[in-house]
This record gives sequence, structure tokens and C-alpha cells, in this order.
Amino acid sequence: MKHTLLKAVATTALTFGTWASAHAVDLQFYFPVAVGGAAAETIQSLTDEYVAANPDVTIDAVYTGSYQDTVAKVITAARGGNPPQLSVILSVDMFTLIDEDLIMPFDDYLPGEEGKAWLDGFYPAFMENSQTGGKTYGIPFQRSTPVLYWNKEAFKDAGLDPETPPATWDEMVEYGQKLVKKDASGNVTRWGVRIPSSGFPYWLFQGLTTENDVILANADGNKTNFDDPKVVEALQYMVDLSGKYGVMAPGIIEWGATPKAFFEGQTAMMWTSTGNLTNVRTNAPFEFGVAMLPANKRRGAPTGGGNFYLLKGATDEQAQAAVDFVKWITAPQQSAKWTMATGYVAPRAETWETDTMKAYAADFPPVLVARDQLEHAVAELSTYQNQRVTSIFNDALAAAITGQKDPEAALKDAQSKADAILAEYR
Amino acid sequence: MTSHRSVRFRRDWIHGWLLLLPAMVFLFAFTHIPAITTIINSFYSTPRGRREAKFLGLTNYERLLDDAVFWKVLGNNLWFALGTIPMSVALAIVMALWVNDKMAGRGFLRMAFFTPTVLPLIAVANIWLFFYTPGFGLIDQLTSSLFGWSSVNWLGDPATALNAVIVVTVWKEAGFFMIFYLAALQAIPVTLTEAARIEGASRWTIFWRITFPLMMPTTLFVSINAVINSFRLVDHIFILTDGGPDNASSLLLFYIYETAFRFWETGYGATLTVVLLLLLSLMAIGQFFLFDRRVHYK
Repeated sequence: MKHTLLKAVATTALTFGTWASAHAVDLQFYFPVAVGGAAAETIQSLTDEYVAANPDVTIDAVYTGSYQDTVAKVITAARGGNPPQLSVILSVDMFTLIDEDLIMPFDDYLPGEEGKAWLDGFYPAFMENSQTGGKTYGIPFQRSTPVLYWNKEAFKDAGLDPETPPATWDEMVEYGQKLVKKDASGNVTRWGVRIPSSGFPYWLFQGLTTENDVILANADGNKTNFDDPKVVEALQYMVDLSGKYGVMAPGIIEWGATPKAFFEGQTAMMWTSTGNLTNVRTNAPFEFGVAMLPANKRRGAPTGGGNFYLLKGATDEQAQAAVDFVKWITAPQQSAKWTMATGYVAPRAETWETDTMKAYAADFPPVLVARDQLEHAVAELSTYQNQRVTSIFNDALAAAITGQKDPEAALKDAQSKADAILAEYR
Repeated sequence: MTSHRSVRFRRDWIHGWLLLLPAMVFLFAFTHIPAITTIINSFYSTPRGRREAKFLGLTNYERLLDDAVFWKVLGNNLWFALGTIPMSVALAIVMALWVNDKMAGRGFLRMAFFTPTVLPLIAVANIWLFFYTPGFGLIDQLTSSLFGWSSVNWLGDPATALNAVIVVTVWKEAGFFMIFYLAALQAIPVTLTEAARIEGASRWTIFWRITFPLMMPTTLFVSINAVINSFRLVDHIFILTDGGPDNASSLLLFYIYETAFRFWETGYGATLTVVLLLLLSLMAIGQFFLFDRRVHYK
């Protein structure tokens, strides 16, 4: 009796096993989380939902730390001959990944008119960092853009209209000077504005350069314009915010402490990612507003965040399954869930047309600011050997912000170093 | 007879090697082979995608000599070592002497001094990050309410960033070294100090003539550890400053990490690692051969 039972179990297991291996496609998918909270759980639950609805696919979603950790793990895994099939990596790492020969374009798995139409459904500002040489290497997913947050109570306190954020550089300085508050001994207790500059100052600085109508790197990723006079002018403005105009704290300003400084009333305005939207909404003890970054020659902002990449080493079957999953997770219902959980900008216009998103936006209009800013947004700085080139640029910005070099000398120096690196890619 | 002995000898020999084998396998796999591979890689270019690594000879080393950032981080590392080693060793001795005396609350004090060692460096760095925050950070709040100072951007100013990092390191390390000194103090026979006291020696003399010389083996051990740590501890830099502003607080190992795993220039990263290896082995040799002569072992 026991014997027959065992046999039966074994046979069933065997049949099930062969059936599963004949039909199921196994995928491994690495994802980073750059903002705290529900992001990791949301990805996991979305993946589980997909697997439950598609029994012929199993997806092993692996949380791989920060963006930095994720790209390191992907490159290491690929060098060890065992890359995942799919990963979310910074959009700016595209050229690096091409250079490392690790990724393949999505186009082969998105045939015909239908595929093209689907790609056209993404906001063009997000696609700038995702395509090169006529091929699509990245599908926008956790994408963001910086916006200006302002404290309405502080505006009232300073005699400004609490409903009107600064629309230009000059207004930001003018409002900022009114907002700066000092105690009896002359120490500043409230700054006008805070543009964080620790770690990767280039991102918010790119807001300033875009507004000054200059692009930092070409679309081929092999030429930078760091020493363009308009870039110098933008850096001079940023340096002057602390120096000449006295509306921003001097020195390097920490990213992590910036929302806290805003909540504490240490600064009346801050520039930071839309990824902080939910955080600010939960924690700001006062009424706040969200606006597009102020304009100079034009409106402008960089985009930021991560794309889906398809990694080499996947079989045709796996790649097709991965693309189907990406199509599903960026579809309106799933994308809406993701946006509401994190504050990342939904990358497809159709998502904003769903009832859930409409209701969410009606309840919390600031989410629309980021979307509307996309029409002015440009690609985030991205080149071949991206980390190294941006690091050179970051060093130059830090040197100017801390007053060790004047903006022009710092940027000239950075440009010549970047040229030396990028020459071999031209 | 002779053959018997040689068989026996050979068996001992095999036996000996077999006993050594497990340790050797690990030592070679994780220390010697990586070190040799690193030295070999330092003469090659970084392989990227379809481009194979090319033999470059000394090109990577020439680049090193011209690399302003390399010299800067090397200088920073020297300053970091000078700032952390004597300070944390001196603090450790003072703390150990204090909590070695019989007094109320000794256990609590020992625990308090040792706590920083138990905390993970990343967690510690996050706490210090908020201590250092200009405006509402602990240090600024204290200095502004006590002395009316204006806010100081400790981590965001190239003049103070590295020193701020040094303070965190000393705070973290002193408690750890204290434990070794405490053990050493307890191993010193009480009769020696008692005899000295009968002779009328002051506490100061007792410390310099008896306690300190007898703790020399510990000092050697601790200072080797401190030197290694000054090249090895970079975790907190990731959190506190990320090497900035403009590499003002970057150390050699941090720069190696950046080069190899952020910029993915593994070839040049290997070259930098060789420099670190050389520096560390030189220092280890120096310490064992020169310092060792002045250490009294019991």
C-alpha cells in the first residue's frame, strides 16, 4: 500500500516536473530601490500577481540594493557567466552597459507597427535616455524629475503670496532674500532655498543648465559641453545663491537631510526629486506647494531614475517572456499602483487617463506638476564611461561650490578630463 | 633500517602537509592568488565587452604618477592615519586606566566605552551624519546655544570634512583598543606596582616605568591594527561624505572602490591596489622588525 502510494507520488511529481520544465520559462529580475518604504514590496507583489496570472512563467525578483549596487551586481554576475535576464538599472548607465556588451535592444521582441506604437506611448523625455543609434535599449519604469517644493506658511510669514512660487531665476533670488530669517546675533535660522549638492550635484545642476538653454552631453554620449559659457553662467548662479545673494547655506548641502530641513522650517524652498512627494505629503507639518523648477532662458529639468534593460545571455524564449512582463508592468493599471506607492512619474500618457490616477490627481494635484514638466525635460547627463565622467563633473561642481576654484576654471578642467576619456568613443 | 627511516620520514612529511593543507587552500584561494592576479592585472588594460585586456606594461603606473586624485587621496590617507592612530591609542590607554581602577559604576563605564565598537559602522555613520548636519544637527545646536556660533557645514566644507571623518573613526576605534589594554593591565602583577609605591614612586613614574613598558606587546598589536584600519576603514565615508567635496575626504581604499566598481576600470583599480598592498606590507615589515626590538615579552 505504502509502496504504491509512493510510486504514485513519484509518478505525479515526475510528470509535473517534465510538464513544468517543458512549458515554464524561468526569469531572473534584479531591481534596486532608491526611495524607502513600499517600493520593494510593490514590485514583489506586482511580480507575484503576474506569475499567478501566467503559470507558464516563473519570475525570481531579486532586490539588489541601491542603483549602484545593482549595476555592480549585474556586471559581476555577467562576468561570472550568470546574468539575470532582466534588470532595472539607471537610465544613464545605458552607454556603459552597451560598452560592456551586456544588453540587447528591445526592438527585436517588439515586432511591427504594434511594437512601434507601444514604444511611442512613452513620454519622449524619458525615451531620450533610453534610445541610441536608432535602437531602444531601455524601457522607462521608475523615473523621476526634480521639482521645487515650497512652504506656504513661510511665504505668508515673509509677506509673499503663498500660492505663487518663483517662476524665474530672478524671482527665486528675490523671494529667497525675503524668506531668509536671522536671529538676534545674525545667524540664519531660515534659508530661502536649498539645492542639495552632496554625492551627485550634477543632477539638480542640470536643472539650471537646461534652464539656461544648454545641453551637457550629446545624444551619442561621446562629447560633453562642460565648459560652455552657458554652463559657466549656470554654475556662477548656483555659487552666487550662497555667496552674492545669501539665500542658500554655503558649502555642500546634504541630500538626505534636505527633506528634514524643509520640515523643520530651516529652508522655505527645496529642489528635490518627485520621488520624495509621498514623504513630504506625510511629514510636512505645514501646507506646501509643488512647482516646476524656475525658468531662465527657458523652462527645464533633467529626468532621472531607472529603466528596464534586457540582458544578453537570455534565450529567445526568455527574452520574449521578459518583454511581455515589461509590457504588463508598465500597463496603466500596474503603473498607476506603482506611481501611487512611490511618487515616481508614470512613464506612459495612458496611465494618467485611468480612473484611479484621475482620482489620485484630483485628491493630490502636485503629482501632475512632474508630469507637466516632462514637456520641458531633457535627458539626464549620460555618456560612455558614465560614472567616471559624471564623477569628474561632480568634483568640478563641488570645487566651485566650496570656493576652491572659480566656476570657469573648474569646468574647463573637467571638460579637458572628460575629452581625454571620451576621445576613443568618437 | 635506512629505508625504514626514510619511509617514516616521508610519512611524517605527508602527514605534516596534510595537516597544513586545509589552511593553505584557504590562504591561497583568498589571499595569495588574488594578490598575484591583482599584480598581473595591473599591467593590463581593462577588458570591456568584446575588447580583450591588452598588455600595457607600465602605462597604468605612469598614469598613477600623473593622477592628481591619487596623490590627493594618498595625502588624505596619511593625514587620516596621523589623526586616528595616536589619538585612538592614547584615548584607549586613558580609558583602560580609568576603568581598571576600583570604583562604583565600573561595569557601566566599560560598557559605555565599548558600545561604539559593537555598533555597525554604517549605523554609526548615519547617526553622526545627523550630528554634523548644519542648522538642526546636534553639534550645531550645542555650539549655537552655548557659544552663539553660526552654523558650520562640517561635512560640506573641504577644510573640515576629513577631520570630521577622523573624529568618527577615533570614537569608533578607541573603545575596541581599550579592551586589549584592559586585558594587558590585568595581566600586570600587582606586586610590581606595590613595590614601586613602597619605594615612593609617583603614579606618573609607575605608569611610564612599569605599566607602559609592560603593555608594549599590546601596543605593538594595537598599533598594527590601527595602521591596518587606517587603510581599511572606509564604510563610513560612503555615508558621511561619499569622498567629497572634490575628493577632500576620499581615502586610498575608497578611491580603489570607486575606480574598480563605480567606473569599472578594473585594470587601473588593480594598479592602485598594488600600491596599497605595497604600502601595507612595508609598514607591517617595518613594525615587526624595528618596533619588535623595543617590546618586552614576558
